[in-house]
Amino acid sequence: MIAALIHWLDERLHLEGLLAPFKHKTVPQHKMSYWYFFGGITLFLFMVQVLTGILLLLYYHPGANEAFESVQYIVTQVQFGWLIRSIHSWSANLMIFTAFAHMFSVLFLKAYRKPRELTWVTGVLLLFLVMGFGFSGYLLPWNTLAFFATTVGTQMAGQVPFIGHAMMIFLRGGPEVTGATLTRFFGFHVAVLPGIVTVLIGVHLFFVQRQGMSVPPKVEAEWKKDPSLVKEMKFFPNFALRELMAWYVGMGMLGGLAAMFPWNLGVKVDPFASAPAGIKPEWYFLFMYQALKLIPSKVLIFDGEVLGIVGCGIAATVWLLLPFFDTEKPSRRSHVITGLSVFALVFMIGMTIYGYLAN
Amino acid sequence: MTACFAGLAGTILLGASLSYGQAPMNTCLDCHSVLPEPFGVTSDKFSHDIHEQKGLTCASCHGGDPTSSDPTVAMSPKKGWKGHIDHKQVPALCASCHANPVYMKTFNPSLRTDQFSEYHTSVHGQKFATGDTKVAVCTDCHSVHDLRAPSDPLSTVNPVNVAKTCSKCHADPDYMKPYGIPTDQYAKYNTSVHHDAMVKRGDLSAPTCTTCHGNHGAVPPGVDKVQNVCANCHVFQAQMYQKSTHSKVFAEKGLPGCVVCHTNHGIQMPSDAMLSTGPAGVCMRCHTRGDVCDRARENILNNLTTLDHNIKEADEALKLAEASGMEVSAATLNQAAATDAITKARVTIHTYDPALVNADIQVGMKIAAANLKAGQDAMVEREHRRIGLGVCLIAICFMLVGLWLYIKQIER
Amino acid sequence: MSTGTDCPCQQQPTRRGFVGLFLGGGMLATFASFLYPVMRFFVPPTVADLGGDEVVAAKVGDLKENSGKIFKFGSRPGLLILEASGTYHAMSATCTHLGCTVQYKGDTHQVWCPCHNGTYDLNGRNVSGPPPEAIGCIRRAPARR
Repeated sequence: MIAALIHWLDERLHLEGLLAPFKHKTVPQHKMSYWYFFGGITLFLFMVQVLTGILLLLYYHPGANEAFESVQYIVTQVQFGWLIRSIHSWSANLMIFTAFAHMFSVLFLKAYRKPRELTWVTGVLLLFLVMGFGFSGYLLPWNTLAFFATTVGTQMAGQVPFIGHAMMIFLRGGPEVTGATLTRFFGFHVAVLPGIVTVLIGVHLFFVQRQGMSVPPKVEAEWKKDPSLVKEMKFFPNFALRELMAWYVGMGMLGGLAAMFPWNLGVKVDPFASAPAGIKPEWYFLFMYQALKLIPSKVLIFDGEVLGIVGCGIAATVWLLLPFFDTEKPSRRSHVITGLSVFALVFMIGMTIYGYLAN
Repeated sequence: MTACFAGLAGTILLGASLSYGQAPMNTCLDCHSVLPEPFGVTSDKFSHDIHEQKGLTCASCHGGDPTSSDPTVAMSPKKGWKGHIDHKQVPALCASCHANPVYMKTFNPSLRTDQFSEYHTSVHGQKFATGDTKVAVCTDCHSVHDLRAPSDPLSTVNPVNVAKTCSKCHADPDYMKPYGIPTDQYAKYNTSVHHDAMVKRGDLSAPTCTTCHGNHGAVPPGVDKVQNVCANCHVFQAQMYQKSTHSKVFAEKGLPGCVVCHTNHGIQMPSDAMLSTGPAGVCMRCHTRGDVCDRARENILNNLTTLDHNIKEADEALKLAEASGMEVSAATLNQAAATDAITKARVTIHTYDPALVNADIQVGMKIAAANLKAGQDAMVEREHRRIGLGVCLIAICFMLVGLWLYIKQIER
Repeated sequence: MSTGTDCPCQQQPTRRGFVGLFLGGGMLATFASFLYPVMRFFVPPTVADLGGDEVVAAKVGDLKENSGKIFKFGSRPGLLILEASGTYHAMSATCTHLGCTVQYKGDTHQVWCPCHNGTYDLNGRNVSGPPPEAIGCIRRAPARR
């Protein structure tokens, strides 16, 4: 019956031609193949976010006097509201984690080399946007932790030289974090960011489909020497089915986390109360926050925090344009970049742990 | 010419109308505002005085002519000048206006005019009549020359300042030596729950010295009248006490009612520990262990402790349920009714009847039990969620096995 | 692993049935366990959400004239009073003295606290007894049909 439906569509839309490349798509098989799953898992988690996000939109009220109560309503009154909300919160965190894992795997397996530079650029942009999703969404329940985390985060953005203050006003919708900030973040979170991210994902996936999967340099060299070693798996249906298994495991994990560790409501924002002790951002910003805290307040003639922010900016730009610094073939330069990548990973993990312990 | 006349007339008219309603001439201050103590009264100080604000001058009390700049005229006995008013003369002087209803009505018809007659009934007034010059007269409490209305927060007789004013004498052991009464009342009052109510919670209706002792007719309430004083606010406790066994017995023994258990000046927030046999316990001061009253005490204490514990238990269960995302707002609201019940039970202690206290306790127990059940039910629902999760996970496992087998199948 | 083309008829029927059972059953079960919560989620709860500031205290006709009713306002109690003249009053039901729940007394037309005999008037102002301040009033939206 499905075949009949496909035939009916094909008569009208000539699907055969469109779908042909997918039938031939292959996925290389080697020791590091498992890392190929992470992109798809991130995509899956994004789709979960869109679905649960739309469901939450049915009941959420985006205003300072109603936001907290509406989330409380969802979690306590709406049937399975607790489930949808907790899945949304957990999936957000998991997605950021898998996005980082995906990025690091591409980094270490050197998949960003020519001809895949643009795929890397769109990917890093997506990573930044996904962190923006996390930052904007975190404020929406309008609880004290989110309120102060947003205050600190936007204040840090305000430290960027020249444009920082304007950026901060733009983000906050005013000089302070208020209900206007909430409305603005809501707009970013449900309209602006989804639109941009959807387009970028489409572009990113188009590039991947066009160029096929990259193979790590060592394996590439081996296969070039001895073509009989080349092992590939058809994307449809073999790899896709395995990817589907990974997605089901992800679903199970989300359900488990939502049921066993439901996401806290927190306490409603009271702008006149002082910040609770030990305020810190969510874990995915913690490494930056902790690193900035360690910079002395004055370095030579420069303000420490500004120096830190500028440093972050430079690091982010280098990250974005990394393929253009590296070489296609293994070289001394590419070894240096691998070393720096290891340092970056250790730095991020270390700072995150330090940030938690220094609580 | 007509223009000049008009201008001049207008200026005079303007000047006259501006000076209408200005304070009457008070030339005394011309010199006395710059003289040193004890002759000096600065205009700034006098401007805070309510008498000055009502249009009176120095001469209103001290006599003399306040319109003359010539000291021999201004301070002439022929003009009625009295000079310094002696401490002994103060009550009569103030009463010359303040005990005159017709005169006082011209300023504020709702002001009382019986302060002087009340003063005669007070301990201060009685001692004053015997010639004691150390006791308080009007100016000792109300201050002089910067006498503010009692409603003014800076007034020495504003409720928040009354205790401090009384303590000027009553907390000074040397000053009070001839009278043989304690001087620790102020210190004790500052530790009391009434003091906290006024100072910390800002409740101006909280009792201060004058609330229980009276102000102009200040006298310690008679030993047999104490509960009447407390009853003005603590109505239910007083009514219950009045009908109880303690009331008759205390009266017969000449014991001061409420003060026996609650003390007078340093009244602390009562606690259930007052019913215990420990250091804070009050019952065992009179009663013997093992007698029927002791058993009643124990009964009441146990009931209160149990209910308190049950309410806390229900609170914990509800908090845990809420933290797990369960809907328990109705039960959390209902906890207020349980707290009401235990508050009521603690008032009913004053009947000293365990059966009556227990009636209130049982009401509270039922409510706390219902709320505890709501919290526990919510936790059961939480378990149901986990079972639902288990079912889901089994379905997913099924699917994973199926996919794996299918993959194996097509790759053979 | 090769991607060989299998001829389905070469497989043993029981094996195929086995796989089909798990796959089909698994798909059905997982779809159902995802769809069920989502379907229930779509159905609005009986307690209609009116936002954090508003609450339905009572329906017209719930209250008798010259009587009061306690209602839930967020996590605190509120008191709704219907005067004989037909006017509604709404205020917090938490006494400002020590937090007991107040009630409306029809004979004195006052709000009364049974704990220490505090009284308030219909505008929430503290009239007599221990309460140190007025009780907070709650704004009423006009009664909706």
